[in-house]
Amino acid sequence: MNEAAPPPPSLGRLFWVFFVMGATSLGGGVVGYLRTGLVVRQRWLDDVAFVELLSISQTLPGLNATNMSILVGDRLRGGMGALVATLGMCLPGATLMTGAAFAYDVGGDDPWSKAFLHGIAAGAVGLIVVVMVQLGAKVLKEFADYVFVLATAGAVALFHVPVPYALLVAGAVAIWWHRPRDRDIK
Amino acid sequence: MKDLWDIAGVFAYLSLLTVGGGMAAFPELKELTVNTYHWVTFPELLHFYSLGQLAPGPNMMMVASIGAVVAHIPGALVALVAFFLPTGLLTFGVGRLWTHLATWRWRPAIQTGLGSVAVGLVLAGAIIMAHGAVTDAFYAVLATVVFVLLWRTSINPAYPIVASGLIGMAMHYFSLN
Repeated sequence: MNEAAPPPPSLGRLFWVFFVMGATSLGGGVVGYLRTGLVVRQRWLDDVAFVELLSISQTLPGLNATNMSILVGDRLRGGMGALVATLGMCLPGATLMTGAAFAYDVGGDDPWSKAFLHGIAAGAVGLIVVVMVQLGAKVLKEFADYVFVLATAGAVALFHVPVPYALLVAGAVAIWWHRPRDRDIK
Repeated sequence: MKDLWDIAGVFAYLSLLTVGGGMAAFPELKELTVNTYHWVTFPELLHFYSLGQLAPGPNMMMVASIGAVVAHIPGALVALVAFFLPTGLLTFGVGRLWTHLATWRWRPAIQTGLGSVAVGLVLAGAIIMAHGAVTDAFYAVLATVVFVLLWRTSINPAYPIVASGLIGMAMHYFSLN
């Protein structure tokens, strides 16, 4: 499993490195922080392995950041490694957002905090659209793909089709559309 | 106690919808937490979601906020475990099988097919979110400016989002005068 690379880190070290990334990866874009931390600084992975694990993370459901923590942790230190890496990655943000719920309970009705939150919600819409455009640039290749995007979005946002049905039906059609063909000349 | 079971069920279910990222689960997140269980109002959900974009680490840590609103610290813990355990186990298992799947001929089809559906779900999430957050032309301009800025530059998203919040406060200041 492990290449004859540097010896795997201790569980404590693994937790600490993921904890630091979990605490400092402000403003999304965790993937960039993960690459800097794991490939450049710690040299636990090379770029080939990083991209391979990232493509698994992106294919499977779940967030990229936690999926990557699980895969990297498992590769370096097995099941316990996966667990401590994920805990380290989640602990700072989870603590902050739990705290945010209590702070909101105290100050959420204040018109100034409401005005601030209204502003960041509008800003977050801009962020989500960027995420969508970047994701789309990677995966949308032909006209049919854009049809799948619009059909899925329209069904869910305009016709209130529950997401699991949309996911199963549109997913099945899209996968069938891209099915492996014997005379594949891609 | 029933609350904790409800939280576990809701977030375990939402976890399975996060193909292509957390935003894909947003339409069902709104449906369940706002319309079905009335844990939060739609504006509250938007507030937690946007705050979550500012928090470090994985971008869906706001599930802890909703858990905490419903059932304090135990609620936050249950929401987190429920949201990360099912997909976590799946990733762990598939990660170990991956070398066998790498040459599976359906794998590119699944990757590309689910990719476009995931983009569609993110778009749906953005539309639903914009309904609540983009309340007038001013906020539409604000969202567009943030979009263009993040699309065209490699600035850390936290800055324009915090700036949007300050602009929201400035609007409030002017509306008082």
